[in-house]
Amino acid sequence: MDATLPRQTRLRALRTDYFSTRLDTLVTLGFGLLAAWVLWSLFDWGVLHAVWSAENREACGHGAEGACWAVIDARWRLIFFGLYPFEEQWRSALACAVIVLTGGASCAPWFWTARRLAALWVAGFVTFYVLMRGGIFGLTEVSEQNWGGLSLTIFIFASVTLLGMPLAIVFALLRRSQLPWIARTMGVIIDAIRSLPLLSIMFTFAIVLPFVLPGWMIGDKLHRVIAGYALFFACYQAEIIRGGIQSLPGGQEEAAQALGLGYWHRIGHIILPQAFRNALPATINQLVITFKETSLVVIIGFFEILASGNAAYGNSEWNFAHVEVYAFVGLIYFVFVFALSRYGAYLERRMAVAER
Amino acid sequence: MISLLRQKSFRDTASQVGFIGVLILLVVTFALTAKTNLDAQGMTSGFGFLERATGWGVSFSLIPFDTNDTYARVILVGLLNSLFLGAISLTLATVIGIGIGIMRVSGNKMAELIGTVYVEIFRNLPLLLQAFFWYAVLTTLPRPRDALEFGGVAFLNGRGAYLPGLNVTGFSVFLAAIALAVTVGLWLWLRSARRFARMAPHIKKAWSRGLWLGWAALAVALLWAGRIPETPLLSIPTLKGLNFRGGIRVSPELLTCIIAISVYGGAYIGEIVRAGFNAVGKGQSEAGHALGLSTWQTFTRIRLPLAIRAVMPMLINQYVWLFKSTTIGIAVGFVDFFMVISTSINQSGQTLELIAILMGGFLVINYSMAWVLNRVNDAIKLKGTQLRT
Repeated sequence: MDATLPRQTRLRALRTDYFSTRLDTLVTLGFGLLAAWVLWSLFDWGVLHAVWSAENREACGHGAEGACWAVIDARWRLIFFGLYPFEEQWRSALACAVIVLTGGASCAPWFWTARRLAALWVAGFVTFYVLMRGGIFGLTEVSEQNWGGLSLTIFIFASVTLLGMPLAIVFALLRRSQLPWIARTMGVIIDAIRSLPLLSIMFTFAIVLPFVLPGWMIGDKLHRVIAGYALFFACYQAEIIRGGIQSLPGGQEEAAQALGLGYWHRIGHIILPQAFRNALPATINQLVITFKETSLVVIIGFFEILASGNAAYGNSEWNFAHVEVYAFVGLIYFVFVFALSRYGAYLERRMAVAER
Repeated sequence: MISLLRQKSFRDTASQVGFIGVLILLVVTFALTAKTNLDAQGMTSGFGFLERATGWGVSFSLIPFDTNDTYARVILVGLLNSLFLGAISLTLATVIGIGIGIMRVSGNKMAELIGTVYVEIFRNLPLLLQAFFWYAVLTTLPRPRDALEFGGVAFLNGRGAYLPGLNVTGFSVFLAAIALAVTVGLWLWLRSARRFARMAPHIKKAWSRGLWLGWAALAVALLWAGRIPETPLLSIPTLKGLNFRGGIRVSPELLTCIIAISVYGGAYIGEIVRAGFNAVGKGQSEAGHALGLSTWQTFTRIRLPLAIRAVMPMLINQYVWLFKSTTIGIAVGFVDFFMVISTSINQSGQTLELIAILMGGFLVINYSMAWVLNRVNDAIKLKGTQLRT
């Protein structure tokens, strides 16, 4: 509500928003009471009766009235860092911060050219990998088997996006190729992969690929799962990019052709920049989904943040505290996903203004 | 050679042949490596194992199944379970989604706020996290003796939900469900087919009423004929000793999957429904009001049908996507298609064949679902000038 309006108008606005008809009043009161009750119960449970510190752990447990945030106090390192060596956990935290900063920086319009964005992300990702893996600059080496928690989630997400995005562009270009056989085959491949569940693709890459790949190509299980996920991501993203290309007026490509530009110039300077701009909201949405679905690797047996959350309450000491742990892990996911989706909504508004 | 390369038609053919060639080469390499690996392990490939008995049981099945039954049957069990879970949770997700969508465009700020909060919370958390959460909550509910009670006929406790049911054979329920599907099909046909377009409205109404009454009568007759002798028709769960007897038990695993998918899907479908309402121009409802229709009539006769038609393609994609998410069953131990395949791989070792069945199954289900829904879309979508807002 606009605070600059005179009081009378504000009151009237209040009335039309909440109490315009009798039914409206009823709805407002009903939902208002419901919301108040839910909020109060949550506040009562999560703040008033909560146990905050691990020292008075005896206060929670069966029969306690409030939340037992003590479990977070005691286990937050496990949730965030998984099995990463205790003394080196600052590296894991720093690596996550680097990726978050990289993500933040790529929101700035200055970076919105393919070359700058690619350079930024490659630099960010390499820093992340060096910090996590170690082995140089006097950092002790930590193998990927010991990665876990938030940094593993971020690692999977970042590598899937970095591998998948170029692949998606290639797929999209192949699918709209002038050559019928290439376009048709690519179409069949993309549609088939899109109609499979991500879990089955991850599972196939983790379990089945060792059967059908020659020995030197098998590689690490984590890398195979990331490759499978990147393929899945690329197929979805390729359709988004293709949608972006299709929404361009045909005159754009024809004009470029008339000016004598070659295929790669037309694609690189005329078509793709505009297509990406059109496809930006859908791309952000896809990134959001990709981040959330990294959680599926739990089922394949990786120790990312959801699994480390499971482990945090999975012992006899804390086995009652599942709601608190899931609330905390949920909050971490929420912060990332919500920020990303809000940014997407902002971009959409910004573009809508530019269109006008 | 150089001149040949300059020819566009030659280059085109060469690149296509190259592309297809590389793909074929990949597939052949995979097949050959797989063959050497399997030979080295002394395993027989092929689908003969489908005839073998499994030796293990499943915790939930719509058709009779025991450990002597074959792999083919256990796969069928998993497939039916997935379809069952998909049908229930997609329906519930649609109901929730339409509710949330309506709340968000209702014009009442309080309802809009609650709808927004719902969407933002449940859409921004991973489905798997939600499933784990619901599973932990459902399995730590009180013991049967202290079960939560709903009107004395339905109960919820740590071992699942207990609902009142009928003492009838599964087969008669199945027949009644088929009759329902046929009735819905006939009803849609009656409503939308061109050959009934000129039928007088009251006759049409009579026909559709007749259809539904016919189905109800048939269903009652079927259920009556299929009742299990010497038991009361209605079976209400009651506490006997340490556990409940009678009624229908919904296991925590199934309940978790249903709740998680419908709550998560409801948030997504709610957003789609909202987009649909926003796509319907203001002029439509103003015209409705100008013709003397009430707000409710304008809503049900004009805005809702137009909104659903406007977003039908998006909804179809969403349904396909949500159906794929039934694979989270494995995370909580619900015996769905994916879990059956994964257990079979562990037990029989026929990895490649089972993965092929898994992928083939999902391709068939998703393509047929998309095909049917696209036919529905073609039948009801707005044509020509109706789109104007």
